[in-house]
Amino acid sequence: MANTKLLMTFPVTASSHMLAAYRARGGYGALEKALREMKPEQVAAEVNASGIQGRGGAAFPMGRKWAVVHPMDGQPHYLCANADEGEPGTFKDRWILEYAPHLLLESMLLAAYALQVRHAFVYIRGEFDQPYRRLAAAVEEAYAAGYFGQRILGSDFACDLVVSRGAGSYVCGEASALLSSIEGKRGYPRNRPPRLTVRGLYQKPTVVNNVETLSNIAWIVANGGAAFSKVGMAKEPGTRLISISGHIERPGVYEIEIGHPFARFIYEDCGGVLGGRALKGVIPGGISTKILTASDIGPLTLDNASLQTAGSSMGSGGMVVIAEGTCMVRLLQVLLRFYHHESCGQCTPCREGMGWLHRIIDRIVAGDGHPEDIERLYQISAWNDGTTICGMGDAAGYATSGILNKFRDEFEYYIEHKRSRCNGTLECPKSS
Amino acid sequence: MQHLIPEFEQLRKRYPATFASSLLLPCLHRIQEDRGYVADSDIDGLVEYLGVPRIQIEEVLSFYGQLRRKPVGRCHIQACRNLSCSLLGAERIVDHLSRRLGIAPGQTTADGRFTLSTVECLASCGTAPVVMVDGTYHESMTPEKIDALIEARS
Repeated sequence: MANTKLLMTFPVTASSHMLAAYRARGGYGALEKALREMKPEQVAAEVNASGIQGRGGAAFPMGRKWAVVHPMDGQPHYLCANADEGEPGTFKDRWILEYAPHLLLESMLLAAYALQVRHAFVYIRGEFDQPYRRLAAAVEEAYAAGYFGQRILGSDFACDLVVSRGAGSYVCGEASALLSSIEGKRGYPRNRPPRLTVRGLYQKPTVVNNVETLSNIAWIVANGGAAFSKVGMAKEPGTRLISISGHIERPGVYEIEIGHPFARFIYEDCGGVLGGRALKGVIPGGISTKILTASDIGPLTLDNASLQTAGSSMGSGGMVVIAEGTCMVRLLQVLLRFYHHESCGQCTPCREGMGWLHRIIDRIVAGDGHPEDIERLYQISAWNDGTTICGMGDAAGYATSGILNKFRDEFEYYIEHKRSRCNGTLECPKSS
Repeated sequence: MQHLIPEFEQLRKRYPATFASSLLLPCLHRIQEDRGYVADSDIDGLVEYLGVPRIQIEEVLSFYGQLRRKPVGRCHIQACRNLSCSLLGAERIVDHLSRRLGIAPGQTTADGRFTLSTVECLASCGTAPVVMVDGTYHESMTPEKIDALIEARS
């Protein structure tokens, strides 16, 4: 595999995120080409031909999402970049926002042109400081250079962009909750149908795409959808930004070609487990994807088809590495506290279920667990699967059952002996 | 909030004309930045300025973790305690902060200087453990760095 890079193609310097540097790398060339030579439907056709799938977690084909929108149907359409990066373990969109904000903006302009969007939004999580400042500065640079506003680059195309900040809510990363939040309401997810591409922001057709997914469009338009489809795997083309953290020697954001060997990524590209310890588990794509053990990952490659054979998925590309010696009971406690804290409270199974899961795991950690608690954790997880408006309840269940499936004996030990088999440790000292 | 209305008017220009309700979150952010929290009089002002129902503002204020109805200490330290930070010592960092400041998470020091909070994932997992101080990320934290940070703000 050639290890092609489509996004992390330049050395990061103190000014590489700015407009001048972006243009020196050929930036906004795809937009000029599109406005000069291509009709909106041709841009959409290239994106469709690329076969790119969503990088936010659900891996939905971008072309199919776009195809629901009819650009010439006379009503307003909206475009929104999902920059509410909140899935624990995920910090890859932050890389684009901080180091290549114009790549996102140019790609959004191309998407807006293809879909005939007059008003586009970036919904960015409220906690982000530098990513927000860099993005906001990039938007001002782009306006000043005539890339936004009326008659962009002398054409008839007009587009405005607003950076909309969240205010601390995990569930707002879910596309419909995100739109509720942009509307100035509580971030409650909405039932489908109707799809957001039929009735989204203020009930108008709205395309919500992840930051990384969108950011590929400039390359796709510049080089063609067919060229993109040759990168990575035939059924999952392109690259993925993987953010890796936890017990790993070289944490950070890496761009890999889809289909890259999993073990090589961990042990060679990222330097292996911290302090040379043995690998206990890897959560491959954000904490809501099912955990894999060291023996699981041996034959796997970094693509959804491969990870699905082991019951997991690429999710949001947020990989968390866990060294041998880590207490999985305490680890699940951290995750369940999080899901409980973030449940929006709209659906009963999640609102009640997250609190119930959290209370059970707290009880086990405190040494008051019952042998039947393990089955209870499974049962509550199952009750949430498919019974809530958004996927958060399902996700908490996958995380829970995933850990119980692989490390059940540790939970049994903890409940029986009222203490951890691994000293209750979560931390793996960097210096060891 | 009245003195912020010229800024809000600038913001309004980039939204479609019918999107007044969408200004609520940015207005609340700006008010909190200005005052430190959102006061009753701010809600009154926004009901009038944006024309949104009072209950919508109350709902939003009680939903989003970053929005506050009460002031915090002059320095607000928010420590992440999600998975990747915990795997690299977030619990030790929170304990150290608690000991140094003499307060538990969720409390403010008696002199009003510091508020300590715990938060969920800040998307800074590669440089864990991370704490956010007055909105700015401080990464790869150690007890020594915490001490320096507190001393600089005492």
